[in-house]
Amino acid sequence: MRKTLIKAALAFSVAFPAAALADIKIGATISETGPASFLGDPEAKTLKMLVDQLNASGGIKGEKIKLFLYDDGGDPNKARTFATRLIEDDGVVAIIGGTTTGTSMSVIPVAEEAKVPFISLAGAIEIIDPVRPNTFKTPHTDKMACEKIFDDMKKRGFTKIAMISGTDGFGASMRTQCLAVAPTYGITVVAEETYGPRDADMTPQLTNIRGKSDVQALLNPGFGQGPAIVTRNYAQLGITLPFYQSHGVASNSFIELAGAKAAEGIRLPGTALLVGDLLPENDAQRPVVMAYKTAYEKAFNTPVSTFGGYAHDAFAILVDALKRAGSTKPAAIRDAIEKTSGLVGTTGTVTMSAKDHLGLDLGSFRMLEIRNGGWALVK
Amino acid sequence: MKLSAKHSTLLLLALIIALAPIFFPSAYYFRIGSVVFVNAVAVVGIVILTGYAGQISLGHAGFSGIGGYACALAPVHLGLHPALAAVLGAVVSGVMAYLVGRPILRLKGYYLAVASLGFGILVSMVLANETAITGGPDGIKVADLGLRTLLADAGVPLTNAQFWYAFSGICLLIGSWLALNLHDSPTGRALRALHGSEIAARTVGVDVARAKVTAFVISAVYASVAGSLIALQNRMITPDVAGYMHSIEMVTMAVLGGAGSVLGAILGATILTLLPQALTVFQQYEQIMLGLVMMLVMIFMREGLLPSLTALVRGRGE
Repeated sequence: MRKTLIKAALAFSVAFPAAALADIKIGATISETGPASFLGDPEAKTLKMLVDQLNASGGIKGEKIKLFLYDDGGDPNKARTFATRLIEDDGVVAIIGGTTTGTSMSVIPVAEEAKVPFISLAGAIEIIDPVRPNTFKTPHTDKMACEKIFDDMKKRGFTKIAMISGTDGFGASMRTQCLAVAPTYGITVVAEETYGPRDADMTPQLTNIRGKSDVQALLNPGFGQGPAIVTRNYAQLGITLPFYQSHGVASNSFIELAGAKAAEGIRLPGTALLVGDLLPENDAQRPVVMAYKTAYEKAFNTPVSTFGGYAHDAFAILVDALKRAGSTKPAAIRDAIEKTSGLVGTTGTVTMSAKDHLGLDLGSFRMLEIRNGGWALVK
Repeated sequence: MKLSAKHSTLLLLALIIALAPIFFPSAYYFRIGSVVFVNAVAVVGIVILTGYAGQISLGHAGFSGIGGYACALAPVHLGLHPALAAVLGAVVSGVMAYLVGRPILRLKGYYLAVASLGFGILVSMVLANETAITGGPDGIKVADLGLRTLLADAGVPLTNAQFWYAFSGICLLIGSWLALNLHDSPTGRALRALHGSEIAARTVGVDVARAKVTAFVISAVYASVAGSLIALQNRMITPDVAGYMHSIEMVTMAVLGGAGSVLGAILGATILTLLPQALTVFQQYEQIMLGLVMMLVMIFMREGLLPSLTALVRGRGE
């Protein structure tokens, strides 16, 4: 009673509607606003939609899910505060989130100390390597994207490539990973350029690359507007090298920004979500992807994005684990998440183990090509 | 014996810090408290620069960045203890502030605002782009301060949140004590004199340029210590700490609470740290709310919240 009174008295604490006792509380800290909002916004929408869907269909074994969702604005310091709030004040049994690598890395110590399972939605490999007992993630690592691209290059017989990378977190991290795995695919990076995330023209860097006669293909690790500008400059300069983009721009808005004509023929590794209706009828991911796509587009009237798909998979993994755990104790949920096996999500089929807290393999990436302003699957 | 204003301020602050935990419903409030204190340390520095000396800096987050990254890098590359790394960060920040401030503060007007703005942006760009050293935009890990383990060995086991609440609370008390001492010292009087009128201050023999540089250096050290505290507490740091918005936030906190008073600045830091937590329901509108609060304060309470409210209460009392 005293606690409640004090809470009400402190004008700053937020009163939540009293939850029914049997609710399962799950938490999320997402960058809905701020520089990473194009990632965080679809993630937050997806989580809210899925929780409503699940509760409308009766919840998990009759228990409703209650979602505590906070917007950290992409600030790691705020993310840490919200993670503390979720665990200490809201009493959640698991946390989804950390839209960016920075926010995820700052949630990890809090979740690990409290032994609450945490499923990150960020790309970098540091999140799950080395494996921490309570930390999981759903997106492919940038290393896997590099491998998928190099695999395709190898098949087409390219061994000497040029790279032009963004210096933002995503671009910088993927650049490092690509340079590290290139030799294992027999690929040499013969020319390398970088650009700032807010640069408006990459013609000089591309001209340098064009000047090298032995380059056989071009790779652009980066996300946001940078790759779109690179693509436009690439077309303006009349460069004809086969062009690879990263999974960071696997969305329709990239084609719009770059222009369908300039983007024609670009290849990039993407998830099944982007090409749901192109998947063969017998593809295991097709029903999952189509169900999510239809529901999301109906609810929000905007196209689905890969990033919302990461949140979809995180929630699916958590719900699957809750069903199997037979308890709502964080430790039991953690164990159940680690035993996730053959779970079909939008990003791929997830099979985790004590050594692998991601559970995806290269097969879950699809090599896509932009044709006539749309996507096509590369066989 | 009647307590001086300085001592009663410190006593009040110490009481609030010590007694607030009684009312904390959960450990989360310790975390919030420690973030409030860390922000307050930086804002007390702004009070010295803006409130005492009347100078405006739009790049103080740059010094927080230096302080934070010193704690991340010095233990790895120089083998320093994290606590010494924080001291090193403060020294580097002070020297940088001197180098930036020395030529700029000879000029009158708002040159410092522009120069510090540029400085802050430069620091955050270096932190984000020198990936090989700083780990880039995804941030870098910070070593453990080790004090909590020492306390636990000495028979005082504290949770992480409790420890940082106490530690940053003590840092804030020390910072406030120093700032209040400065207020009534010859340097403090010189600063306030030049705030009133640079010409008048010069006429009575104040070395205006030197006094301004002193204020800038001191406030840079405060910002640096705040950066170190947040880095050590979070055990990781990203270039966001040096971001432009963070600089603006510090100035806003000081101006909201009352840039001229240490207690007011702490109040400003408290409100602007708690507000986003309280308004999570309106999270999309956070920026609008901040802008609105700021405008209202500027229009109706130009001195800032605390001085205006105190004046109001005193006015009624008399």
